[in-house]
Amino acid sequence: MKIKVTVMPKPGVLDPQGRAIQQALGSLGFAGVQEVRAGKVLLLDLAETDPAAARATAEAMARQLLANTVIESFSVELV
Amino acid sequence: MKSAVVVFPGTNRERDMAIALERVCGHRPAMLWHRDTALPTGLDLVVLPGGFSYGDYLRCGAMAAQSPIMAAIREFAAGGGHVLGVCNGFQMLCEAGLLPGALLKNAALRFLAQDCSLSVERTDTVFTRGFAPGAVFRATMAHGDGNYFCDAETLARLEGERLVALRYVGENLNGSVNAIAGVLSPNLRVLGLMPHPENCVDPLVGGTDGLPMFAGLAEAFQPA
Repeated sequence: MKIKVTVMPKPGVLDPQGRAIQQALGSLGFAGVQEVRAGKVLLLDLAETDPAAARATAEAMARQLLANTVIESFSVELV
Repeated sequence: MKSAVVVFPGTNRERDMAIALERVCGHRPAMLWHRDTALPTGLDLVVLPGGFSYGDYLRCGAMAAQSPIMAAIREFAAGGGHVLGVCNGFQMLCEAGLLPGALLKNAALRFLAQDCSLSVERTDTVFTRGFAPGAVFRATMAHGDGNYFCDAETLARLEGERLVALRYVGENLNGSVNAIAGVLSPNLRVLGLMPHPENCVDPLVGGTDGLPMFAGLAEAFQPA
């Protein structure tokens, strides 16, 4: 079962990468980019076949390792 | 003082740390590998040195925080053991939950490889007892992710309980909240800091501004 875990910097947490990308877009001539937030996407392929169990496992993985919940939020999606 | 330095794949300051520890107590620390599952008995201090463990994959210190040796270090800390984490070691301690907060990318995006000035916020800990009250000392910085961050509630607790050990003086180059450079655990036995006092222990190579940290530790753990 394939799972997509999206990890993003929490609102209010400084995201210097996002800011640099925003500035780079501006210098390329893309006007009006008000904010860029840079996160990560992790695609997991789990042997689990039960969607609810797979989701629960992925959430546990995200809490323990994939995201640092001090600074990041995450969402889990079956794909 | 019986100390040990933990080496992870990608660690690169372990020898600097070993030299600093040897300089103050006359013998080399034990060097441990990340796959080790137990610490030598009777240790006074475990040190997590700087570097780029596991290539900084996922987040700085995130993989190291899950490595086999870390279970033993958690147990050591829970039993009142002293742990020092420098640079990548500080990031590991935060990732492992042994210290609060996290280290974000430097606010100005640049990797910082330069000296900084640090104020010693309290001298009643084994890590800072070698400094005079109110001391300001110079240390080396070498990090891309040294921007200390924690939520407002944690920050209020750290300041209220005086758990900020060190602060940047002058320009706060990495953007850390309240210019925090080093954080203590509530029992004052775990210290994490971004700058490298171990690189300032030799009069011929960068001066001895960082030496009081190690001299103080050696004094605190002098065999009776």
